[in-house]
Amino acid sequence: MLGWYRSRTVGQKQAVWAWIFLALPLFFFVAIRLFPTGYTTYVSLTDWNLLRPKVFIGFDNYLRLWNDPVFWQVFANTFKYLLIGMPISLVLSFMVAYYLDQVRFLQGTIRALYFIPFLTTAAAMAWVWRWFYQPVPIGIFNLILVDMGFSQQPFLRSTSQALGSILAPAIWAGLGFQIVVFLAGLRAIPDTYYEAARIDGVGRFTILREITLPLLRPTILFLTVVSSIGFLRIFDKVYNMTVDGKGGPLNMTRPLVLNIYQLAFTDYRMGYAAAQTMVLFVVLLVVTVIQLRALRSK
Amino acid sequence: MTLGFDPRRDPRKIVIWTLVALGGVVMVMPFAFMLSTSLKSREELYDLRLFPLAPTLENYVYLFRESRFVRWFLNSFAIASISTVSVLFFDSLAGYVLCKYRFKGRQVVFIAILSTLMIPTEMLVIPWYVMSKNLGWLNTYWGIMFPGMITGFGVFLMKQFFETVPDALIDAARIDGLSEFRIFWEVALPLVTPALSALAIFTFLGSWTAFLWPLIVTNSASNYTVPVGLASFSGEFTTEWNMIMTGAAVATIPTLLVFILLQKYIIRGVILSGVKG
Repeated sequence: MLGWYRSRTVGQKQAVWAWIFLALPLFFFVAIRLFPTGYTTYVSLTDWNLLRPKVFIGFDNYLRLWNDPVFWQVFANTFKYLLIGMPISLVLSFMVAYYLDQVRFLQGTIRALYFIPFLTTAAAMAWVWRWFYQPVPIGIFNLILVDMGFSQQPFLRSTSQALGSILAPAIWAGLGFQIVVFLAGLRAIPDTYYEAARIDGVGRFTILREITLPLLRPTILFLTVVSSIGFLRIFDKVYNMTVDGKGGPLNMTRPLVLNIYQLAFTDYRMGYAAAQTMVLFVVLLVVTVIQLRALRSK
Repeated sequence: MTLGFDPRRDPRKIVIWTLVALGGVVMVMPFAFMLSTSLKSREELYDLRLFPLAPTLENYVYLFRESRFVRWFLNSFAIASISTVSVLFFDSLAGYVLCKYRFKGRQVVFIAILSTLMIPTEMLVIPWYVMSKNLGWLNTYWGIMFPGMITGFGVFLMKQFFETVPDALIDAARIDGLSEFRIFWEVALPLVTPALSALAIFTFLGSWTAFLWPLIVTNSASNYTVPVGLASFSGEFTTEWNMIMTGAAVATIPTLLVFILLQKYIIRGVILSGVKG
């Protein structure tokens, strides 16, 4: 064995070491990522409750899903999280970064204040916000509303307000990350552009529109994709902010991931849950590709 | 400290600064109320002032005595530490090989690992659960942490960073007769410590805050991690908000401490991953 190794060329020896070093990581990626992906795809074509053997049923799970009003409700909720949450969080974080970039006094400290929510445990913060939304005399939001002479709001208990009430902490938690990345992007723009514009006497908003935003395109692209994926996969907050983690009231806040969790691990409908994870996978893929195309082509 | 601008010449900046700073204060208000309530006795609970009149640690004492938070804390800490060490070692080793070795199949391996980044965790939890059930991994540390022992993101990040290590250095070490592993361990690895520290922080925090998989794979209270334990604890104590806030504070304080101690590295890490990723 040793003799065989010694008689190899330098390139061949390297290849031997490369495969030795990669053996465990490769085994891991195949066993824990790639094989399970295929397995889920297969399970989505079966009827299975973990106890009895799988029954192959072809595309029945997908047909059932198509006719399932709960699935469409959940699907719509997921896109509400995305289509409301993503633009608001991007605009807010850009505004903060844009203005924070212009001030120097305590800039690092202020940036830290915005960043802290990003690092904290989502489950813990969900409970803090759930407390804020409680009725008088417990919840601070309602206390403020009543103090100001408005009427109490039901927030998490209302079918129309609950989704927004869960989105608020989700946006709040992600803001800091986006601000830090936006700030780095803003600083990477060479000052010479701004100086040239100033010499030409161009106004602030024209500079923003003609110089800053176009040069920030890669940053905006990156944050749009990352933030969209985050909102499409929302789970921790909804689980912790709704009664018994059910995504209520009346499924009005239940996102796709929570539906998958409930189907698979409380109802043990593995095949049906697997079919919905396939939908999630396709949605994530399509949304990412569309955004990359749309933002790159300009 | 200087203001960085002349307030008399630029009053607009004062307005901007004030608004941005106020926004920052609003951002941390949830933490302030959480901490303040965790220090309040039951009598003061409905008094929403930020500074308790008679601050007390009785909630913490009760929490540590009556719930299993200490156990959950140790579980989370052990799991996050082991995962981080494993990720640092294997991700940098794989990233190094994919960056510095020339061999047949390199491109295929790299694309295979990169493609795993496209697969969302949610799609894998059913097979992971079945696997854990069949192999007896349910309710074990290994069951909670095995999916995160090596990450595609880390391999990708480390591969990018090993580009900055000159090939000449590695060749020189090879001529000096260093073994292939020692070239990686003693020559290349020390040159990418900024990337390693960023990866370490993100892996640790990611593991500490992970929720979905630990929720699925554990079903006995002694094996919960902090977030899962907090969710079950809060579900039982639904009206005792001072206890829930104490639990939330216990779950949050470590990450706040990590941030305060390592702020510079964390911000740099976010920027690195934002620019590279």
